[in-house]
Amino acid sequence: MASHYLSVEQVDMTFVTKGATTNVLKEIDLGVAKGEYISIIGHSGCGKSTLLNIIAGLTSSTSGAVILDGKEVNAPGPDRSVVFQNHSLLPWLTVYENVALAVNKTFARSKTKAERHAWILKNLEMVGMSHALNKRPSEISGGMKQRVGIARALAMEPKVLLLDEPFGALDALTRAHLQEEVMRIQDELGNTVIMITHDVDEAVLLSDRIVMLTNGPSARIGEILEIDLPRPRNRITLADDPRYNRYRQEVLRFLYEKQRKVEHLAERREKTAGAAPAKKARA
Amino acid sequence: MTTSTRTETLAKPVLGTHPLVTRLRDTLVKNILPPVVILAILIGIWEALCSSPGAALPAPSQVLSDTWELIVNPFYDYGGNDKGMGWQVLASLERVAYGYLLAVVAGISLGVLVGQSTWALRGLDPVFQVLRTVPPLAWLPISLAGFQDSNPSAIFVIFITAIWPIIINTSVGVRNIPEDYRNVSRVIRLNGMEYFTRIMLPAAAPYIFSGLRIGVGLSWLAIVAAEMLIGGVGIGFFIWDAWNASMLSDIVLALIYVGIVGFILDRIVAFIGNRVTRGTTQS
Repeated sequence: MASHYLSVEQVDMTFVTKGATTNVLKEIDLGVAKGEYISIIGHSGCGKSTLLNIIAGLTSSTSGAVILDGKEVNAPGPDRSVVFQNHSLLPWLTVYENVALAVNKTFARSKTKAERHAWILKNLEMVGMSHALNKRPSEISGGMKQRVGIARALAMEPKVLLLDEPFGALDALTRAHLQEEVMRIQDELGNTVIMITHDVDEAVLLSDRIVMLTNGPSARIGEILEIDLPRPRNRITLADDPRYNRYRQEVLRFLYEKQRKVEHLAERREKTAGAAPAKKARA
Repeated sequence: MTTSTRTETLAKPVLGTHPLVTRLRDTLVKNILPPVVILAILIGIWEALCSSPGAALPAPSQVLSDTWELIVNPFYDYGGNDKGMGWQVLASLERVAYGYLLAVVAGISLGVLVGQSTWALRGLDPVFQVLRTVPPLAWLPISLAGFQDSNPSAIFVIFITAIWPIIINTSVGVRNIPEDYRNVSRVIRLNGMEYFTRIMLPAAAPYIFSGLRIGVGLSWLAIVAAEMLIGGVGIGFFIWDAWNASMLSDIVLALIYVGIVGFILDRIVAFIGNRVTRGTTQS
């Protein structure tokens, strides 16, 4: 385990609300190599986002540890920057200022003012947002906001980039476009990426490995699927690739056969009670 | 506004008229005409009701002729309390300015404290809820006893009147800062002061400004009443003085002054609020 760049070791997460305890994650063990693209997939409410928040340091696990590059993670920091699901740009700052806030803080000592300025521009250029530097988030589209969110996260030069359903709120066309951009950028920079998703195609297209979580409560890692497809990947040629389709099927089978959501009334009630704190932690 | 004006100009292009003239005429017809018409009707009714010889209150024409001296010469100074309306209003505004500014500083600070700390909320909120229901003038005797002087007492009454909505709105604004913004600041690792200036104040600004607007309105309400009791130069005592001298026309003029100044104060705070919170509204 120690040889991994990022390792999640025996992570357990239990929420206590009004005397009721809910075990959300159980014995999560995961090793990630440097430069690897990992997707975490599972049904909603299974604790995917909680796991990502634990890696980010935004939530502390009940037991277990997250070790990044030889150091234990116990607080959030720019070495694990997060692209949030709903972009989370600060609406009173312009596109440039949103990225600048992160860059100026992260590189306050290590870069000069001019270097930081150039670095902000470079990152915004990388996501194709150079044309809107002085626009506020309310003046740009959802896809553009998410681009800025990605630029902000990348600009912190994280050891691990954490994506929390980054394309979930976008329409299909914009989503496809942004997926390609993320692939291109990852090719270029070789980032280590962990992405939460519930989109099977997205997971297969982008990932080196897909981590499938079982249904909560007490979600565990059900299966890990290696995606052995050459890069750069192209969604159109892959559509005819039998390996691609087999991978897709395997994930679908896991989600819809092995971990099919059982909707008994009693269980459902239990689940909503269990899902409530997890949602809170995310919102 | 602008769009509707534009579509109208597009819909019926008047040949031979400059577009600016058309737009000016449009705004004039839309925004200036209705209040002028209503005002004319109201003054007409008032004139009709009060022009009979035995009327208890002066008619508008009577007010105008009685107070013409005061209207055309707002800044005369014959010593003592015998000053023009301009000086009276400025004296009141000065007291409001001191009291209100103190309330802004103390109110925002306390609001942030109560918004941030659950302990402070539990401890202070009951106190605030009780004290804020105390009518402004009920504070006057005790502040006169405490300060032994009329001017600081009036300022204190303004302070204590304006502070509650500022505290309450600020604390609600701080408590409603989206978890996402907090997470962003944690990932970037903003320190306490940076979080306060870069995230908390701008995020809570719309709430704070609605508190400030209510506060300025209440201050102006309270000053007139307070000045009636403390005497000296000020629009409140001017009204009381006029009542004692049975100069009803002077009172009517003073009421118009009070109304217009209150309106302008409200507009000023609203304007500053709009400028400061530009873009802060959720995108």
